[in-house]
Amino acid sequence: MQRYILMRVAQSVLTLLILTVIVFSLARIAGDPLDVLLPLEATVQDAERLRAEWGLDRPLYVQYFTFLGNALTGDFGESLRVRGRTAMSLVLERLPNTAALAGVAVVVATAIAVPIGVLSAVKKDTPFDYVGKAIALFGQSLPAFWLGLMLMWVFAAQLGWFPVSGKEQGVLSYILPAIAIGWFQVAALMRLVRSSMLDVLDSEYVKLARIKGVVEWKVIWKHCLRNAAIAPFTYFALIIGSLMVGSVSIEFVFAWPGVGRLAVDAANTKDFPVVQAVVITFCMVYIVANLLVDIAYAYVDPRIRFD
Amino acid sequence: MATENRVATPSAIEELAVESSARPSFLGRFWAEARRYPLFPIVLLLVVLVIPAIFSDIIAPHSATTGSLSARLQPPFWMEGGDTNHLLGTDRVGRDILSRIMHGARVSVTIAAVAIFIAGVLGTSLGIIAGYWGGWVDALVMRLVDISLSIPIILLALVIVAATQPSILNVIVVLVLLMWSRYARLVRGETLAVRVQDFISRAQVAGSSHRRIMFRHVFPNVFNSVIVLATLNVGFVIVLEATLSFLAVGIPPPQPAWGLMVADGRVLIASAQGWWVSLFPGLAIMLVVLCMNLLGDWLRDRLDPKQRQV
Repeated sequence: MQRYILMRVAQSVLTLLILTVIVFSLARIAGDPLDVLLPLEATVQDAERLRAEWGLDRPLYVQYFTFLGNALTGDFGESLRVRGRTAMSLVLERLPNTAALAGVAVVVATAIAVPIGVLSAVKKDTPFDYVGKAIALFGQSLPAFWLGLMLMWVFAAQLGWFPVSGKEQGVLSYILPAIAIGWFQVAALMRLVRSSMLDVLDSEYVKLARIKGVVEWKVIWKHCLRNAAIAPFTYFALIIGSLMVGSVSIEFVFAWPGVGRLAVDAANTKDFPVVQAVVITFCMVYIVANLLVDIAYAYVDPRIRFD
Repeated sequence: MATENRVATPSAIEELAVESSARPSFLGRFWAEARRYPLFPIVLLLVVLVIPAIFSDIIAPHSATTGSLSARLQPPFWMEGGDTNHLLGTDRVGRDILSRIMHGARVSVTIAAVAIFIAGVLGTSLGIIAGYWGGWVDALVMRLVDISLSIPIILLALVIVAATQPSILNVIVVLVLLMWSRYARLVRGETLAVRVQDFISRAQVAGSSHRRIMFRHVFPNVFNSVIVLATLNVGFVIVLEATLSFLAVGIPPPQPAWGLMVADGRVLIASAQGWWVSLFPGLAIMLVVLCMNLLGDWLRDRLDPKQRQV
């Protein structure tokens, strides 16, 4: 077990390192970073002074290690757009908003997906199952950003039930963006719950429970669902990745003051320090989450760690 | 499972027997033949995607990039103020939405095809090499796959665009970086299974070179899975490309990309001025992706039952 954890940790660190190399070299591939970082009105002298100050006249590998060292302490420099703020402080300020929205999205997705998944497994090949299949198919075909816009059109702009954008109106503000982000997860999670429920429904201990005379709803919601939940459990690690993707486009749609929108704005205004800060932070969250789930999973299922 | 071997179910055999003995009418035979294929998605794909993509220059009623300012924000023809000259209405600079959707089909198809082809070739080659050679080659490729799978790709796109400019090339690079690992992982797994079979060792005994074995003996055996994955990927790629374009980090304007068109109408939706600008390109994306997924599922059942989920 220790060996497995050690291996996974090493692998995660390696992934992060490679990511920093990619981010670092992309900034350099684009040409002289000063072209990106300097304001238009800067003179040649300004450029030379900054070059020396930022160490851009030193060899690339030295620059990379400086970048890495700073990144480790969360220092990506000052934002180019918002004067006087460090890139990291902008990210940290908005992270709670993103996390809250993602959390609500997961709850919404689970609340919709698990009952439908269980029902379509228990009532396999009945209309319930077909409805479930249709939902899954549509869920994976709808682009999240477009769904968000359409929800906004119908429920905010036309009916006026929810605010069009922002998060000023408390709970109401969360509903539309959370549905838009969670919709894709509903489809995937539902299929997962359905297939693992089907496996479990077939098993000996479920037959035993039924023979013992346990009530049917208890068999399904307690005996089966608990065991069927293991596979969807790992899925939550994968969800984090697509939640981040979702948060980027949906926060943009609903003008949500989160990290995703910050990243889009920063990318479009060439605010490179902020983009770097967002990307490294997001990836770290993603990789650490994956690591934790893998370890937890290995703990639950011994077959994995001896693989 | 009963459904998995439906090719040989008694009813199918019966059907064949009936077909050969009773000689139904031409229409009957056509229908029997047609039922074996997923007609609905294929026809819809042709109408929404393929025909516009190929013939957009001929069939599109208006230009994709220039509009007339006198015809700004016209609603679709069935609404008050709309006319049949612009069937699906116009956008804020008076460009015809229907024409832009048709031209946009070409952009989507081209990008999806190029990106999937490159990713497929790259991933398949690496997968076969990793699975066939094993050892450190395998370990190296699989680590790269793991790393590629654990980088949230949309963020990578943001970095690339922040460092350069939005361009079609960037979109393709991002998509290839995202997808090659899926092919590599799939093909490597299949190669491992193929490698231990007798015909491979016989080919080795017969003196075939490694390259020949990989190309002539392993590749044909993994090809079906690759095609299935590629088909299932098309929808995914189109959505991703549209998302990138929507966020202004994909296809640069004034190209008629579907994601860009949805983005054009974003402000209009929020201020309840014109829903049609965003609705129709989004519908096009949805229909195409839906059909590609249906087609992919059908192809998987046909070519590669192993990949099928319950």
